[in-house]
Amino acid sequence: MINLKINDQQVSVPEETTVLAAAKQIGINIPTLCNHADLCVAGNCRVCLVEQKGARTLVAACAMPVSEGMEIQTNSLKVRNARKHVIELLLSEHKSDCTKCYKNQNCELQALANEYSFGDHIFLDLTTDHQYKIDRSSPSFIKDDSKCIRCQRCVRTCAQLQHVSAIAVANKGAHQKISSFHDRMMSSVVCTNCGQCVNRCPTGALVEKTYIDQVWDAIYDPNLHVVVQTAPAVRVALGEDLGYDPGERVTGKMVSALKQIGFDSVLDTDFTADLTIMEEGTELLTRLKKALVDGDKGVTLPMFTSCSPGWIKFIEHKYPQMLPNLSTCKSPQQMFGALAKTFYAQKRNIDPSKVISVSIMPCTAKKYEADRPEMRSSGYKDVDYVLTTRELAVMIKQAGIDFRTLNEARYDSIMGDSTGAAVIFGATGGVMEAALRTAYEIVTGREVPFKNLAITPVRGMDGVKEATVKIEGTTEDWNFLEGAELKVAIAHGLVNANKLMKAVSQGKASYHFIEIMACPGGCIGGGGQPIPTSMEIRKKRMAAIYSEDEHLPLRKSHENPEVISIYKEFLTAPNSHKSHELLHTHYFERESY
Amino acid sequence: MMYNTGNLVKELAERHGRKRDSLMPILQEIVCKHNYLTDEVMVDVAKELDISAAEVYGTASFYSFLDTQPRGRYVIRVCKTITCSMKGKNDIISTIEEILKIKVGETTPDNQFSLLETNCIGWCHKAPAILINDMPYTELTPEKVIDVIKGYMH
Amino acid sequence: MKNRGLTKVDLIFETIDSGKVLSKAFRMSNEEILKEILDSGLRGRGGAGFPTGMKWKFTAAEKDPEKYIVCNADEGEPGTFKDREILDRAAYKVYGGMAIAGKAIGSKKGYIYLRGEYRFLLPQLYMELDKFHKLIKEIGYDFNIEYRMGSGAYICGEESALFESIEGFRGEPRNKPPYPTTSGVFNKPTSINNVETLVTAMMIIDKGAAEYIKLGTKDSRGSKVFSVSGDTPNPGIFELELGMTVKQFVDEFGDGDTKAVQVGGASGFCVPRKKFEDTIIGFEGVPTGGSMKLFNSSRSMYNVLHNYLDFFTEESCGQCTPCRVGCQQLLKGIERVKKGEEKSLYLHELLKLADTMKIASKCGLGQSVGNAFKSIVENFREEIIY
Repeated sequence: MINLKINDQQVSVPEETTVLAAAKQIGINIPTLCNHADLCVAGNCRVCLVEQKGARTLVAACAMPVSEGMEIQTNSLKVRNARKHVIELLLSEHKSDCTKCYKNQNCELQALANEYSFGDHIFLDLTTDHQYKIDRSSPSFIKDDSKCIRCQRCVRTCAQLQHVSAIAVANKGAHQKISSFHDRMMSSVVCTNCGQCVNRCPTGALVEKTYIDQVWDAIYDPNLHVVVQTAPAVRVALGEDLGYDPGERVTGKMVSALKQIGFDSVLDTDFTADLTIMEEGTELLTRLKKALVDGDKGVTLPMFTSCSPGWIKFIEHKYPQMLPNLSTCKSPQQMFGALAKTFYAQKRNIDPSKVISVSIMPCTAKKYEADRPEMRSSGYKDVDYVLTTRELAVMIKQAGIDFRTLNEARYDSIMGDSTGAAVIFGATGGVMEAALRTAYEIVTGREVPFKNLAITPVRGMDGVKEATVKIEGTTEDWNFLEGAELKVAIAHGLVNANKLMKAVSQGKASYHFIEIMACPGGCIGGGGQPIPTSMEIRKKRMAAIYSEDEHLPLRKSHENPEVISIYKEFLTAPNSHKSHELLHTHYFERESY
Repeated sequence: MMYNTGNLVKELAERHGRKRDSLMPILQEIVCKHNYLTDEVMVDVAKELDISAAEVYGTASFYSFLDTQPRGRYVIRVCKTITCSMKGKNDIISTIEEILKIKVGETTPDNQFSLLETNCIGWCHKAPAILINDMPYTELTPEKVIDVIKGYMH
Repeated sequence: MKNRGLTKVDLIFETIDSGKVLSKAFRMSNEEILKEILDSGLRGRGGAGFPTGMKWKFTAAEKDPEKYIVCNADEGEPGTFKDREILDRAAYKVYGGMAIAGKAIGSKKGYIYLRGEYRFLLPQLYMELDKFHKLIKEIGYDFNIEYRMGSGAYICGEESALFESIEGFRGEPRNKPPYPTTSGVFNKPTSINNVETLVTAMMIIDKGAAEYIKLGTKDSRGSKVFSVSGDTPNPGIFELELGMTVKQFVDEFGDGDTKAVQVGGASGFCVPRKKFEDTIIGFEGVPTGGSMKLFNSSRSMYNVLHNYLDFFTEESCGQCTPCRVGCQQLLKGIERVKKGEEKSLYLHELLKLADTMKIASKCGLGQSVGNAFKSIVENFREEIIY
């Protein structure tokens, strides 16, 4: 243990602890900006400078390891003057139009300026000297260089958490900036639209592209019928932007709010999540049969899940040779969109050209997914607008709704019923668990051999998870699987997806089925979720997802009555011709830059 | 302006390796041959070294001599730091601008010459000084620099 | 402190039998070499002035068997051109110094990071290197030197930025600690030394520390190569004993009308005429990597300062706020004051900013911008304002 003094108070911490962490232990908060718990240390913003006795310069608390006998002052005159200057310098190269900015009141620079540097600007405005670019090319997010403070959190996120590095630091000196490959439009490079950078940007330099106004316009148009679907991960995080603690489930109030906002029908993505399990489970079993019974050498295994659009774009850019391994199933969002303008419109006797389908997603990549040209199986754009969890919170505030006092409401039908298997889609391992709950029962006629249906080996925050499910006592139809060991793997965060993909593409992995989520933690850590994010917050949201699952009356996708009836009435059977038309898709090879 | 890289990047990777610290030697050799880096060649290098194209661009753009904008066959870099500035670099620049009919930052239409400014190149006692590609020319006067440039014209 | 006056020395460029010196060093133990360098009081000749013996001692003490000697040949400080001359005329001594350093710290590999602007020297340097490798192999050294080139970035002269550049990254200085002797190039223990320091070290092994300390002063042992340019009838490289006053220097090199001397390049100090007599050139006064620029009364110190600030604004790596933005603020600030668009009082704010940059910047570049800024603004205030 190392003993040191911070502000004349003694503190003992393990070796290699930073001054920042040591101070936090004794309740001393040092302001930071480039520092983020999910990322490696940068030490470039210089906001966290503190005074070390005997040192020639001030030291960055986030980067300085403690040493025996060290004496630190976090609030001396020298520190306060330097801190004020650093903040003033940042403000001088930042376009401060807070009243128009999406991050107003949730901006870390704004908070720092408010605490340490209110009053007249000391320095000259540099924003007019730079030709700042605003990149609105992506349907998912906006990159506004005029608000960038060069903390490099986005670069570190894209490199370390996602292994994509679509952006990097370019040039030097006054021209230093965060840039894509040769400053190309973000829509034209390997960016997967996962939005993890948006989650970690301290200012308004990276924000999602919002469609709130368009959705309001649709709702107010008396000629349009606006349906909304909500993703599993939204209901366990929406509260954070409305005054709740992380991990609180607000499903009922969320549905109530959506009704008050004026959507004509409040439905659930969880319904199509259950549908996805039916389609994808059947697809997997079909591939296994082809491989094990028919000896078809052309069958591609392992099969990868395909519901994460960030992951889809990643594999299209980086591993296009493995596209045949992807499940051809669309994501639940897109399945819903296709059905909204066909099955739903028919059943409700509404002209499909008058249906506007909106989705609330924890995701920014879903905005890109909805815009993909092939997502028009209904004959119209299957999903018209995608709003993030954050945008929904804004709409709720705009509608003047007092969220806390709302009654719990229930989803509308049709396409509003769901099961616990659907809601766990929101957590990493959830799709796998839902698929196993159904596939195992189809094949053996028995429930998965896990207490309370909780398949714990696929749960949790480990980057890559593996499990082996032994199949015994199959029904007659499935006896080609008797004694088989189904090997599955799960990865979340693209850095882990890449690890797994490398192993698979080199033939070093023998899995049958792999679930991949682009975002750390799965959708609960998605690019559209409330900001800030941390491991602690993501764990709480994850726990809420499994809690939601346990409290639902139905826990397996194949038991969903609306799923059973949609097959009877409309789709015939999983992987039928109609299913393929509406619920399946194809993929494209993309450039490598 | 574009050049064909063919197998160049593969050959360079064979010689210098495919680790991250192979990046600078590889980029430098490409620049030695062609005076700048095209988008295509940067993408090739990224693929060969298994790093992202944005990373290659971000690294290259840091270094003044690893140009990512097209340059001519002969890149003239005029030192603009204080001593060369005191000893007449402005006259040198305007002389070059006159005979080549380009401004600083531009390349002649026949792609032969590019004119740039650079910081201290280490010839302060013989200022003003310039580099043409790797060669330094020092103790310049407007007359001398015309001779030097003419020497490069064919 | 009693100064020594201006004395010319011929140590760096003196021709020696390098085989003899290298053999002598080879027979010495690591401790003996370290002791000799420590006793000599040699401090880094690149500008930072860290005691060389201590640097080698720290690196020697590291347990990791993989260690490196790095020669910093990225000479980029405006007004410095001595390392180019040394490499041109005495490359064999640079290599020799590296081999001796390698022996002292227990390293088998040396890198020379040569700035891109000196690429034209390479053919000749490689010829010398071939000869050197053959020579030390015969003597029995297990040491290999490799060149790594820079590509036009002043900041790569900063030790940790230099390591980043060798490793294939942008030359962005690192957080310290850890220091290079613990974690340097490829995160291994590294001793990074200036070209002149390595040559001097070899000469110290040749002649002995006792001889060396006859030169210079207590705080500034030995001699140094100076690069002299600007308003002088005598520009060029001169090896002089450390410890002279600026007045003595100007008496020798000035053109009779010297109003200021910039000691240490753009990141150094501007010494005005009134302070010539009281300023010592050495670690106890104004330290320098050797750059000496003379300005006579025809020069505008505003132009000089503007040139330096323009330089730093371009060459800053850009990662840390005080330097990236501070340089731009200082540059734009003096422009506005000059044009009358800001009151001259604003200079006061800029001086405070320069003070902040000195203690808040992540590396030596940002920390040194204030030196030139303050010394010129404080001593030539009217030229900055009017």
